[in-house]
Amino acid sequence: MSTGAEAPTPAPQCPVAFPLRQPGRPFPPPEYAQYRAGPGPVRTELPSGTVWLVTRHEDVRAVLTDPRISADPSRPGFPKASRTGGAPSQYEVPGWFVAMDPPEHGRFRKTLIPEFTVRKVRELRPAIQQIVDERIDAMLAAGTSADLVESFALPVPSLVISSLLGVPRADRDFFEDRTRVLVRLSSTDEERDKATQALLRYLGRLIQIKQRRPGDDLISRLIAAGTLSRQELSGVSMLLLIAGHETTANNIGLGVVQLLANPQWIGDDRIVEELLRYYSVADLVAFRVAVEDVEVGGRLIRAGEGIVPLLAAANHDDTVFAAPREFDPERSARSHVAFGYGVHQCLGQNLVRVEMEIAYRTLFARMPSLALAVPVEELSLKYDGVLFGLHELPVTWK
Amino acid sequence: MRITVDTGRCVGAGQCVLTAPDLFDQDDDGLVTVLDPTAGVSAGAAREAAALCPSGAISVAAD
Ligand code: HEM
Ligand code: SF4
Repeated sequence: MSTGAEAPTPAPQCPVAFPLRQPGRPFPPPEYAQYRAGPGPVRTELPSGTVWLVTRHEDVRAVLTDPRISADPSRPGFPKASRTGGAPSQYEVPGWFVAMDPPEHGRFRKTLIPEFTVRKVRELRPAIQQIVDERIDAMLAAGTSADLVESFALPVPSLVISSLLGVPRADRDFFEDRTRVLVRLSSTDEERDKATQALLRYLGRLIQIKQRRPGDDLISRLIAAGTLSRQELSGVSMLLLIAGHETTANNIGLGVVQLLANPQWIGDDRIVEELLRYYSVADLVAFRVAVEDVEVGGRLIRAGEGIVPLLAAANHDDTVFAAPREFDPERSARSHVAFGYGVHQCLGQNLVRVEMEIAYRTLFARMPSLALAVPVEELSLKYDGVLFGLHELPVTWK
Repeated sequence: MRITVDTGRCVGAGQCVLTAPDLFDQDDDGLVTVLDPTAGVSAGAAREAAALCPSGAISVAAD
């Protein structure tokens, strides 16, 4: 097999700290720009072994479309972000297709695609609008201040995906608690296991109920399609629940802060794509491992070495996005890789776009006096999660 | 211009439909279909859709 790489450039000797996103440091970390300008992917060591950090837009896209590179975390050398270095047990769930390679991945993806087309998501608009309005009604009824993460950003995507799946509303708190354990870097493997098992048990029961009494929901349609086993159905449902929850919530929260600082963009739907690019909340999500020797950006990556395409780095590549640190909704940001690239590119992306658009529009229309309750420097940013975002967002209104 | 698509590669992300709704649609299975293979006046949008498609399912060729 040919890799096209003749003489691999020697990698830097000293391993870099990982993750580079740390409390008190700017985001995206300044090293991202440094690495992009350097000779190619940067080598570092994690508990799981050698890992290559990939930062250029072109190289990130190449990694995410290369059939010699795998998304399967059970392969030796797959990067592990957890500080404990343990394998997150959530990946061992049947139906967890984000962690599968083609052709196995395709069986799941193809079953799900019809539920997330542009048209299907458009049909969900009234339901999403109602969920957003109800959350705002509740905030207005409760007083003149709130934590917007707790009362709006987290419940909206959670209610949207729960209603799509057919999960009863009453079980929302249960889901949010367990999901947060799974996405926190500091969770122990034991905590992750417990949360995973509780979620799967719950979904197993829900599927049984829907087998007897189908409703107008995604789980019932998947049961009717008959292509997935019950275990796979629980796994797929859990993936949808988790993948779409905190990712969207973090974008909503960060977007509100950005719009409060730059109110000239309120009401302009072009902010959605630029927010996705600018914050790249899923920077550390798309981990991979080389299955064969492969050349990326002029460096030879050996079979069994891990690859971390840094999505925020690619989305701040100044050869693709001029003045990347500027928040500019007028630029054309669509080629961002905030949703990844290749066969795993986010299945829920069109749902996200509609949710974000409706969330901002409705929030600022119905709460025109919305303001931060603390100075912006005091907002607590999430550095301990796989995802970037806000822990809380204290706001007030009149 | 000639637009061709490979539904075997399509992963249904819908980038093409968002970019050029007059040229692309998703069928009942969520996979890409071409509405106007000549691209008409939307040659630029066709090229953009091909560049954004995450799975390389869209090809555009000049006449
Ligand atoms: C702003 C919000 C979101 C962001 C930034 C985001 C980001 C991503 C990224 C980067 C990937 C690729 C992972 C990889 O290549 O390893 C992905 C995959 C995925 N996302 Fe999202 N996501 C978001 C919201 C959602 C929502 C709302 C849903 C649910 C409906 C969802 C469902 C999925 C699924 C199922 C996959 C796996 C697709 C596959 O493997 O084929 N995501 N997402
Ligand atoms: S952008 Fe590509 S993968 Fe997505 S629906 Fe269109 S052809 Fe399919």
